Amino acid sequence: MRYDVFFAGYGGQGVLLAGNLLSYAAIHEGKNVSFFPAYGVEKRGGAAMCTVVFADGDTGSPVVGNPSVSVLLNQLSFDKYSVKVKQGGVCIVNSSLVETDGVELPGVEVVLVPMNQIALDMGDVRMVNMVACGAYMEKSGALKSASLEAALKKALPERNHKLIPANVKAMEAGARAVRG
Amino acid sequence: MQTTAAEKIFVKGNEAVAMAAIEAGCRCYFGYPITPQSDIPEYLSRELPGRGGEFIQAESEIGAINMLLGASAAGTRAMTSSSGPGISLKQEGISYMAGSELPGVIVDIMRAGPGLGGIDASQADYWQATRGGGHGGYRIIVLAPASVQEMYDLTMLAFDLSDIYRMPAMVLADSVVGQMKESVTPNPRPQVALPAKEWVVRGRSEGEPQNVVKSLYLGDGEMEAFHWKMQARYQELADNECRWEEAQTSDAELIVTAFGSTARIAKTAVAMAREAGMKVGLMRPITLFPFPRKTFASLSERCKLFLDIELSTGQMIDDVRLSVARDADVAFYGRPPGAGSLPTPEELFEQIKKNYRVRPEQSRI
Repeated sequence: MRYDVFFAGYGGQGVLLAGNLLSYAAIHEGKNVSFFPAYGVEKRGGAAMCTVVFADGDTGSPVVGNPSVSVLLNQLSFDKYSVKVKQGGVCIVNSSLVETDGVELPGVEVVLVPMNQIALDMGDVRMVNMVACGAYMEKSGALKSASLEAALKKALPERNHKLIPANVKAMEAGARAVRG
Repeated sequence: MQTTAAEKIFVKGNEAVAMAAIEAGCRCYFGYPITPQSDIPEYLSRELPGRGGEFIQAESEIGAINMLLGASAAGTRAMTSSSGPGISLKQEGISYMAGSELPGVIVDIMRAGPGLGGIDASQADYWQATRGGGHGGYRIIVLAPASVQEMYDLTMLAFDLSDIYRMPAMVLADSVVGQMKESVTPNPRPQVALPAKEWVVRGRSEGEPQNVVKSLYLGDGEMEAFHWKMQARYQELADNECRWEEAQTSDAELIVTAFGSTARIAKTAVAMAREAGMKVGLMRPITLFPFPRKTFASLSERCKLFLDIELSTGQMIDDVRLSVARDADVAFYGRPPGAGSLPTPEELFEQIKKNYRVRPEQSRI
């Protein structure tokens, strides 16, 4: 089985950390992984995106034109990338920041998750990327929550390990939001 | 190769190059920062001094390549790295190293050009790398990794081939392979029989014979003899060191050919074509010099249609055309490098469909 997921948002939303986290979780499950980042020269506010591909065998192209799952965290990335989601694919949208009214995506399942709101309710809006990862995990069924938890230790620097329990809760909240 | 998850590490392609260099015994690195390769000096500035090595940020790329020449002449395994504009500056030094028969590894993480160009992925320095980018009519070994694992493995290979054939070796990649992270097995340095370092400079006080490192050949016939010797060495390289990856070529009506990151994208496009019932294969040269000409020649005995794909307006296609049988067609699809021009597998699949045709039975041998 080969999974691909595209994450996009603005710099500062933790898009690249989310991609790293999924990558470490996939490695934890013994998969081969490619993580292909692209971002603007700005430290914050520019466009940030990454493509993660994981598979038991060859991961193939690190570049994906029509992703199976896209997780789009802001309006700009929704406007630009929602139309690229593969037929039969899933578009997970941060409905706290994205207005989807009037946009038709035939053949694509659109999943609205108020990620900023959930993160705020959990205590810190900066956990928006963890909420997004939880939503992806639940919707795709591609990775186990235990793997993501183990991945946090690898993806976060040691000094932030004290935040792991809060991040795990944020992921669970993201997953719950998708289960409805 | 079967490996367990625990043995694998998750690193950027550029970091894999730096790690492999240390594992391969590289003890001197000289460089000057430039995107998209700065992770290499960043890693080595942190790790090399603690491993018994020297890291020097040179005053310029010209300084760095001449330090590489010096370290090599002193018998140390050494490396430099850069991208487009910096690699252009290094060409004089590379030519001197080639003329002095000195080994040394140069990593080129290509970016768009000409001039300052842009920081996005490019394959438009294929000619510069494979034709010997400096003056004097020489070649260097050129290896083209398509994955982070190959960034690691081919960097180690570059050091060994460079020593064995006494010429500079280049690892030629781009920001896709340099910046992406993959799960990698950090293989130990391969056990290879290496030659004695006869190139090392030796003064008279150290005993006879003295060894002077130079690229100046003024004696009657001396320069010509040097060139014939090097031509024989290039032939030896071609006979013994060609490396490539072939996939699903045995029954192919069309063979896609590409190197590095583009080949990675093309391989998925080939898989899409196979799923659609088209007989399409992939031929990916791993050594760009020596170019696997014989493999192209034998593939084209049976398959008469090739599609060369590059992130440039077409450079490797010259070598493909020089290699295939005369009655084989070589189609081309490429895009000039720059922000937004990296092709997707879906796009390359469209190109495969556009060019694909099945030869009628009667025209087969």
